[in-house]
Amino acid sequence: MENNQTNTGNPSVDITYRRKRNAEEMRHQVISFALMIFFTVVAFVAVGSGMSGWFTVPFILLLAAVQVVFQLYYFMHMSHKGHEAPALFLYSGLLVGLITILTFLTIVWW
Amino acid sequence: MSTNAQKKGFGATLWDFLTTVDHKKIAILYMIAGGFFFLVGGLEAMFIRIQLAVPNNDFVGAGLYNEILTMHGTTMIFLAAMPLLFGFMNAVMPLQIGARDVAFPFVNALGFWLFFFGGVFLNLSWFLGGAPDAGWTSYASLSLASEGHGVDFYLLGLQISGAGTLMGGINFLVTIINMRAPGMTYMRMPLFTWTTFVASALILFAFPALTVGIFLLMFDRLFGSNFFVTAAGGNTVIWEHLFWIFGHPEVYILVLPAFGIFSEIIPVFSRKRLFGYSSMVFATVLIGFLGFMVWAHHMFTVGLGPIANAIFAVATMAIAVPTGIKIFNWLFTMWGGSIKFTTPMHYAVAFIPTFLLGGVTGVMLAAAAADYQYHDTYFVVAHFHYVIVGGVVFAVLAGTQFYWPKMFGTMLNEALGKITFWLFFIGFHLTFFIQHFLGLWGMPRRVFTFIEGQGFETANLVSTIGAFFMAVATVVLLINIIITSIKNEKVGNDPWGDGRTLEWAIPSPPPFYNFKQLPLVRGLDPLWIEKMEGKKGMTPAEPLGDIHMPNNSFTPFVISFGLFVAAFGAMYRLDYNWGLPVLILGMAITFGSMFYRSVKDDHGFHIHKEELTDDNDKGVKA
Repeated sequence: MENNQTNTGNPSVDITYRRKRNAEEMRHQVISFALMIFFTVVAFVAVGSGMSGWFTVPFILLLAAVQVVFQLYYFMHMSHKGHEAPALFLYSGLLVGLITILTFLTIVWW
Repeated sequence: MSTNAQKKGFGATLWDFLTTVDHKKIAILYMIAGGFFFLVGGLEAMFIRIQLAVPNNDFVGAGLYNEILTMHGTTMIFLAAMPLLFGFMNAVMPLQIGARDVAFPFVNALGFWLFFFGGVFLNLSWFLGGAPDAGWTSYASLSLASEGHGVDFYLLGLQISGAGTLMGGINFLVTIINMRAPGMTYMRMPLFTWTTFVASALILFAFPALTVGIFLLMFDRLFGSNFFVTAAGGNTVIWEHLFWIFGHPEVYILVLPAFGIFSEIIPVFSRKRLFGYSSMVFATVLIGFLGFMVWAHHMFTVGLGPIANAIFAVATMAIAVPTGIKIFNWLFTMWGGSIKFTTPMHYAVAFIPTFLLGGVTGVMLAAAAADYQYHDTYFVVAHFHYVIVGGVVFAVLAGTQFYWPKMFGTMLNEALGKITFWLFFIGFHLTFFIQHFLGLWGMPRRVFTFIEGQGFETANLVSTIGAFFMAVATVVLLINIIITSIKNEKVGNDPWGDGRTLEWAIPSPPPFYNFKQLPLVRGLDPLWIEKMEGKKGMTPAEPLGDIHMPNNSFTPFVISFGLFVAAFGAMYRLDYNWGLPVLILGMAITFGSMFYRSVKDDHGFHIHKEELTDDNDKGVKA
């Protein structure tokens, strides 16, 4: 993977660079982890506070979508090099799935 | 390796094939099993045509006719066409990209055995109280009303074999993404590899819809749920949607590899590079993409409403554009080429107008308003046989003749091959061309007989005579295979003389490690490039070294066998006391062997480079 490359021929530079990268990476992961826990708490609060379903359902779906993005990009390293093919397939799958749902919503049930 | 040179007894060979994880042997297994089911499905087709040869025929009864019709469709699509194409993909694709095997050899074997046991399970229905009789589409209102266990065989059998297909598709995707030889960029991949790639992506997205549909229907039939039971608040149309969300991509899963096979054959025997390579790739991807937007054109008469029908009609017609690009590219490849009319080339040349006819009737059917007239008539039957037989079966027959030397090291007889071609070609058009008119005259599909005086007699008789031509053609092909196998005259690397891609750079059949050294790919049609520069073979991309190979394993067979046993248990759970224990036993076999596979370390073995060098080859060639 990207953060493991050691091809400048200068080991000390590489190690410093990698340390820096890893630290940065770690910070992102901790931040997104904290955010994810926060979102989960917010979701529970939204349900528990007795607000209208017309607010909570779309709200929780939105939080879920954000969490999926966090999951993919910060924990599964989708933004890194070498993940183009999985990204392509994820998005094509998403597209096919969404079209199916859209069709079901428009021509089967309504 | 010295041990491999020895002649093996029948038992040892059988055990070798039962445990193999080698893509070339799995390809042969796919071809044998697919070929067998092709003969079974062909026999069913003959029964259909004999029954319909004359009016008021009683060769088979109405109930049995429904079973034969259902099994003909199901067998031909799932158990004949798909595995035969998977056979070619396994045999050729890893060689074309310069790989030593597929990415997951164990999963490859598992995929085959799942398909095999699913197919055997489905066909055992003939002996165990009757086959499924609700059509290959198995529409829920009909299949839920079907008595006996026929439809259960369909559901469980397809569930098992579908899992195998899904595994195969994922395996091909990973292989093509990760295991291309040095220099083999995406835009240098041969067209058959490209079509395998797109077809595998379609499998990845389409088969889950089938799995879900079959699961729901299985629960409705076997476990008392009500997903499709309208009386209990279910919705029967959802099955149709799920089935066709799978079913329409499925026809592209079949026909894209067929396009790929012809895209290999035409340049080789025209001795020109494929015209418009990048537009061919673009058209393949576009067909795959559009394939997911059109499923409701199978359901125009369901009553989805004019807007939905119009959207799906336009999307369907759009597919004619990339397909047209392909047709023109094949024609321009031949244009000005120095064409050799070998047997595979006969099929390729015949395929173009034949498939075009199927495509044109496809656009006719896509016009939703007109479809109300064509729906459920023989016009539809004629249409899909023109695309599936004219496209896929022609490709399978052409591919058999073309790749036989690469798979078995012998050439099929050309004269007999041409006899097969002409008999099949004439028989095919005799059978199905007239069915367009039968449909337009008003003969409905799926009827087991017709009465005199409606004007259907002559046309149906002509159609049946055509079917016999195709049957004779198949027999000639079998004779050809037997003669060739007995003669056993070995051929060299490139028996057609004009091979362009990597598979023709290595011996026929290839050694079990394929490439001694991975080849260096310098452009599209890599072997042709080297030939044009006066070289005999590929330049190696790596020094000779140890090759890591996977060990054979019997586990895939056992995992699949467990599901086969469990399927019987699930089906007879309510009929017999032993049903539930057998279900549990089967699942225990499957999960037990999966557990065994998970905990046991199997690191494979190395072929040492000393074993790879022999006297006349010091390891300087790829």
